[in-house]
Amino acid sequence: MLRAALNRLIGMLTVMAIVVTIVFVIVRVTPGDPAAVMLGPDATAADVEALRQRLGLDGTILQQFVSYVGGILRGDLGQSIFLGQPVTTALWLRAEPTFFLTIFSLAIATTVALPIGIASAYWRGSWFDQATTTLAMFAASVPSFWLGLVFIQTFAVGLGWFPTSGYGGPYSSLGERLFHLALPATTLGIVSSALIMRFTRASMLDVLNDDYVRTARSKGMSEWRVVIRHALKNALIPILTVLGLTAALLISGAIVTETVFALPGIGNLIVSAVLRRDYPVIQGALLIVAGLYVLVNFLIDMLYLLVDPRVRY
Amino acid sequence: MAAIATSTQGHNPGLLVRLLSRPTAAAGLVAIVLIALAAILAPYVTPHSPTQLSIANRLTAPNTVYWLGTDELGRDILTRVLHAGRTSLSVAFSVVIVSSIIGIVLGLVAGFFRKADAPVSRLIDAMMAFPDILLAIALVAALGASAFNVVLALGIVYAPRMARVVRASTLVIRELPYVEAARALAVPTPVILVRHVLRNVTSPLLVQGTFIFAQAILAEAGLSFLGVGISPDIPTWGIMISAGRQFMNSASWLLFYPGLAIVITVLALQLLGDGLRDLLDPRLAKDI
Repeated sequence: MLRAALNRLIGMLTVMAIVVTIVFVIVRVTPGDPAAVMLGPDATAADVEALRQRLGLDGTILQQFVSYVGGILRGDLGQSIFLGQPVTTALWLRAEPTFFLTIFSLAIATTVALPIGIASAYWRGSWFDQATTTLAMFAASVPSFWLGLVFIQTFAVGLGWFPTSGYGGPYSSLGERLFHLALPATTLGIVSSALIMRFTRASMLDVLNDDYVRTARSKGMSEWRVVIRHALKNALIPILTVLGLTAALLISGAIVTETVFALPGIGNLIVSAVLRRDYPVIQGALLIVAGLYVLVNFLIDMLYLLVDPRVRY
Repeated sequence: MAAIATSTQGHNPGLLVRLLSRPTAAAGLVAIVLIALAAILAPYVTPHSPTQLSIANRLTAPNTVYWLGTDELGRDILTRVLHAGRTSLSVAFSVVIVSSIIGIVLGLVAGFFRKADAPVSRLIDAMMAFPDILLAIALVAALGASAFNVVLALGIVYAPRMARVVRASTLVIRELPYVEAARALAVPTPVILVRHVLRNVTSPLLVQGTFIFAQAILAEAGLSFLGVGISPDIPTWGIMISAGRQFMNSASWLLFYPGLAIVITVLALQLLGDGLRDLLDPRLAKDI
């Protein structure tokens, strides 16, 4: 098992190294000089040169790469050009809304998707199964920003139940701030529930046909216990995988949702960085998000090794 | 869409008939054909022009003349939705082509050559670690915003999904007797790859391509909405929604109908993709 864990660790580090390389390369594919592009046509040659140095674009490609990797290893993701603060600080200061938005939407998605997924697998082929599967497909077809706008129009402007946008004032309580997340989290939760539902259904279908479920039934065990105690327990591992990966991928939804609801989170920071061509922030965000995804993937793999004795490759 | 219909016919004469015998897949296919036709024939479908201003009719609610209402400059929304569909559909279709080309090359190399498998697979894993919209906006930010760069960026973003499917099929096909026979007959490797392997991965490619088509429509709309996509002068569904935000409270039809067009198109593609997957690749149908 130790060997398997070590193999996974090496695999994870390799993928991480490629992620770093991709992030490094992205800025270098900019046609022309990124520093000149950022400063615009009125910049002087001295300004451009100074920015090139700040961005780490001076020296050979190899020197640039070494200094970039060195920075990452020291926890230095560079300086934001427009915010005048380190990228790590800029990301950290905006982490709270994004963190709560992710947690909330995942909670909403799971609460909706898990029971529906289990039920539709149990009543496979029934009208309930067909209706919920179609509904999930429908949810996956809705652009999250459009759903958000429709929600604002209906529940915030029309009915006045929720705030239209923002994250409360600087002195508002945590409760008030979280209240501002109700609509964005529901939007994101609905869109991501589709994937979780389909995975739960597929995972449950797999185990419901297994021998031990048949054995449990033949012992005269109640259906509830068969489904929850025996089937769900074993179906949970793949479901956990998709939950973990959805959590990491929610940042993608957060980029759009935070823009719609004007939430001062990481997604919003990324969009403004892209519009202002603040490359260090874009690179830092890419690195953190992809790094989190790889890490979550690795942790799930480790979890498999620990809880499932059949996984020993 | 016509391309998919023709290629499915060419691939397997009974496929289209079998597809049409499934109610949901048939609904998806019919809907997507109608949407594509409406977009292609947009100038002949409605009597209005997408650019003609009519200040007297600005922000008119849906009525018998303007079925879906008009925008802030008095332009007909239905006409603009149809014209925007041309851009959205052709961008998404081009994304499928670009991601297929990159994905086929990566997938064939990883699946066929044992030594290349580990490095290429790790590259695919690393690319899959970036959320699609995030990687796409970063690439567009680096390359510059234009229709070509949006297609290229989304093509790169979705290529790993294509590559995984091609790799998985190639791994199986590589071991089949006819590939072994071709090798024994000293058929050059590129010929084996194209004639024997690639031909047999068309089914999973078609299925995956349909899903990527759907995802690309959503992603392109997202990029346009964020203002990092195609130039705002060219109407796409995402740009129409973004522009309609200003009038959200007084004229909600401005953003409602372009959004509905996206939902219907993506849903139709997903239904079609599900049907194709069930027919062409029953093994995959179990996974999701």
